[in-house]
Amino acid sequence: MNPFSSGTRLRDMIRAIRACKTAAEERAVVRKECASIRAAVSDNENDYRHRNLAKLMFIHMLGYPTHFGQMECLKLIAAPGFPEKRIGYLGLMLLLDERQEVLMLVTNSLKQDLNHTNQYIVGLALCALGNISSAEMARDLAPEVERLLQFRDPNVRKKAALCSIRIIKKVPDLAENFVNPVASLLKEKHHGVLLTAIQLCADLCIISEEALEYFRKKCTEGLVKVLKDAVNSPYAPEYDISGIADPFLQIRLLRILRILGHGDADASDLMNDILAQVATKTESNKNAGNAILYECVETIMSIEDSGGLRVLAINILGRFLSNRDNNIRYVALNMLMKAISVDGQAVQRHRATILECVKDSDASIRKRALELVYLLVNESNVKPLTKELIDYLEVSDHDFKGDLTAKICSIVEKLSPEKIWYIDQMLKVLCEAGNYVKDEVWHALIVVITNASNLHGYTVRSLYRAIQTSGDQEVVVRVAVWCIGEYGDLLVNNIGMLDLEEPMTVTENDAVDAIEIASKRHTSDLTTRAMCLVALLKLSSRFPSCSQKVKDIVTQSKGSLLLELQQRSIEFDSIIEKHQNLRSALVERMPVVDEATYSGRRAGSLPDVSTSQGNPLQLPNGVPKTVDAPLLDLLDLSADESAPPTSSGGSFLHDLLGDDILSSSSQSGTILPQKSGTDVLLDLLSTGSPPAQNGSSTADILSISQDNDKTTGNALNSLSSPVVTSAQSSLTMDLLDGFGPNPTMPKDNGPTYPPLVAFESSSLSLVFKFSKIPGSPQITQIEANFTNKSSEVYSDFIFQAAVPKFLQLHLEPASSNTLPGNGNGSITQKLRVTNNQHGKKSLIMRIRISYKLNNKDMLEEGQISNFSRDL
Amino acid sequence: MIHFVLLISRQGKVRLTKWYSPYSQKERSKVIRELSGMILSRGPKLCNFVEWRGFKVVYKRYASLYFCMCINQEDNELEVLEIIHHYVEILDRYFGSVCELDLIFNFHKAYYILDEVLIAGELQESSKKTVARLVATQDSLVEAAKEEANSISNIIAQATK
Repeated sequence: MNPFSSGTRLRDMIRAIRACKTAAEERAVVRKECASIRAAVSDNENDYRHRNLAKLMFIHMLGYPTHFGQMECLKLIAAPGFPEKRIGYLGLMLLLDERQEVLMLVTNSLKQDLNHTNQYIVGLALCALGNISSAEMARDLAPEVERLLQFRDPNVRKKAALCSIRIIKKVPDLAENFVNPVASLLKEKHHGVLLTAIQLCADLCIISEEALEYFRKKCTEGLVKVLKDAVNSPYAPEYDISGIADPFLQIRLLRILRILGHGDADASDLMNDILAQVATKTESNKNAGNAILYECVETIMSIEDSGGLRVLAINILGRFLSNRDNNIRYVALNMLMKAISVDGQAVQRHRATILECVKDSDASIRKRALELVYLLVNESNVKPLTKELIDYLEVSDHDFKGDLTAKICSIVEKLSPEKIWYIDQMLKVLCEAGNYVKDEVWHALIVVITNASNLHGYTVRSLYRAIQTSGDQEVVVRVAVWCIGEYGDLLVNNIGMLDLEEPMTVTENDAVDAIEIASKRHTSDLTTRAMCLVALLKLSSRFPSCSQKVKDIVTQSKGSLLLELQQRSIEFDSIIEKHQNLRSALVERMPVVDEATYSGRRAGSLPDVSTSQGNPLQLPNGVPKTVDAPLLDLLDLSADESAPPTSSGGSFLHDLLGDDILSSSSQSGTILPQKSGTDVLLDLLSTGSPPAQNGSSTADILSISQDNDKTTGNALNSLSSPVVTSAQSSLTMDLLDGFGPNPTMPKDNGPTYPPLVAFESSSLSLVFKFSKIPGSPQITQIEANFTNKSSEVYSDFIFQAAVPKFLQLHLEPASSNTLPGNGNGSITQKLRVTNNQHGKKSLIMRIRISYKLNNKDMLEEGQISNFSRDL
Repeated sequence: MIHFVLLISRQGKVRLTKWYSPYSQKERSKVIRELSGMILSRGPKLCNFVEWRGFKVVYKRYASLYFCMCINQEDNELEVLEIIHHYVEILDRYFGSVCELDLIFNFHKAYYILDEVLIAGELQESSKKTVARLVATQDSLVEAAKEEANSISNIIAQATK
């Protein structure tokens, strides 16, 4: 031994690593060790190879990269001695997995070792092959393994059997070669061999139908006998676990019998007696016994029917279910889920106990039990079960509330016998756990409410009560605000009273107050507040006496920092003040959404609202088309250019629709309609249109329309007709295109997109202009425009872009590769992006711009993720 | 089938990992992180199973160490608990009242023993005695080789003196 050779002993290295107080120290120690191991590797040093590999394995376990040690494993495996091979194979299994190509290099060594005279070396090779073999290796070495199934030593036979499992899983067409050897292994007495042979047999049966038939015919009887012997065997200390003889063997025997008996009455018949014996005689006070019983129950459930056995099995499960051990209860719930298809009635008997398990303190058990209850619910028991679950919702853990609410909502939606019950239950859930409810659930609730016209009064009154008590649940507040806005008159006048209701008096003032409180809660988010404003506007019309009060409340939001609220507030204020004659028409009840259409849209969940101008949902009388009238009004357009609003209100209104499209969606992302893509409430506020730039562009457009007031006039005339859409789109176009010679030219190539500043620095700016090819919304054409803001000329200008997989990018050549300074000219380059997930994902792009400035290389990089959503 | 075996200390340190299904290095550390978060935070009286990514992880705590095995949804959890215990008893017999330090400094021995208990994620031997005997025989083979190497190097040393 050379005392000057590199490195410390393994033990010392582990000590040094353990002594480290910080992660940095540990890294330093590991780095040093790795360096010396790497040096030893490159010197091809022999003496310490196995120690180095052991160290590497430890380092690997700590999570550091150790790929440089992979070849060392191969060298050690190729060495002649047992110690080297042992550590080499261990390293191989730890540092490599089947997907590394290096592994192929070991095939030859494995082959030699499988034929080695030393049975322990054969064992090592089998173990490695069984644990990490790839399909190629499995194919190459299968003949060796097959031969080893008949090796003289049982310990090699058992390893070969498990190795065969890996082989047939990797290469299923090799299965038939193993059928005969396994059949003879099944007759052995050695427990290890029997254990592994049964496992191999089970896997063969799963892979190959022929193997299953073969074993069913030839081996069922034998296996039943083996099980009988195992169950009745006298005490054998070597295999005894808490008084039971080799539970592992028994469990595997039960499992293979299950496979053989499934779907075959004759085979099932053969095993009835022994299954009954196992089910009745096995001690159930220890885990080992319960494991056997559990397996036995599963076997009884799977094989062909024998009524008596099934009763026995269900009884065992019942016993399990009332066991104090959580593990046992867990497996009982698990098994009952399988039993439900076999004998639903029997499982229903345990409903009460299962419901108790939903309330368990153990998350795993709760989850299992909830799944089971979900399966147990049917038309006849939906009411009591839902009641139980909702009652429990009050006291359940926060972590669990999400799961529980989702399941309750799903049960209620799926099985509700009548609408009033549905509404009642949903209200309860919302009051208890509204914050855990998904958006689509309360959207669906609103759809149901609108459809249940005889329950409008009842619902709005219940909701009014609910927000008095559960005002902290955002979702209840939203639904309540929406309903009060829509059905406020029913609330106040107690219209549509049901017999079961207690009468209550709500004045108009109370209703307005309720909404005011909701809008002022500090927890209310933008969506809720926006909904409150709309509701208030509606109430101002339903309750003329409260009009002034509503106006006062609405005005308070005029100073809101949230643009949406500010804008709405100003608009609504103006509607209340100046447009009383059309207000009532504006705030009519929402049209009823067809439930089937809604659920269809929900299933498709595509936010295609922006392009579907013909969508019936958006056409009639909603608020949206009106809201922007006052906006222009504010900008003093109407006063100067048009007739007084009172007389031309209607047409003026339409005229502004186009503008609505531009301005209402200006603060992309923060607004209600865009946020809730598929939302039925969409039409509350806006027609959901392509986002445009804010502020300045609106002003631009306005000035343009001033210039072209002749056009506007034309538009005005044509717009007095009730059909709005076509005029709307053309006007939008001419407002946008302003400079076009013929602004009224009808164009219907869908939405237009504002340019985007994709990159901006003190010296360079890049602007993207977008256009779409009509008919293929997924393709976006981008014109990139580069401007040099510095005084120097940029040469060798190259623009590169990269996109994620769902996009395809085509770059056309640039107009030039020199960019003159001071903004005296620009480079344009066209890009074409195809979005394969159009409507689901928006564009995203990474860019790199390189150029030479005074012969110095410059590089700019950036990511653009603020593309408009519908590109 | 057992997909992997993990030994995690109460502090979340990994003491042994064995993967019978292919997981890339990155996935492995993610799995370990996820599971140690889930398992170490569970109370003592709760059941020994957690559901994870459509699999079940059966775990059992022995002193400061958590032994975890990941199995398929339809496998027998109670049996896996028994397999864990089987392995622990063999370790105990081999090291003589095993403790975490034994497994740190002799981690390779723990792997050798595991390789005699499981192959390809399946149980190989139900007799603790047989496993102990097999490991001991292989250890003695290593010892014998070492001694032989020593005596040879002694002879060389004496000859070159």
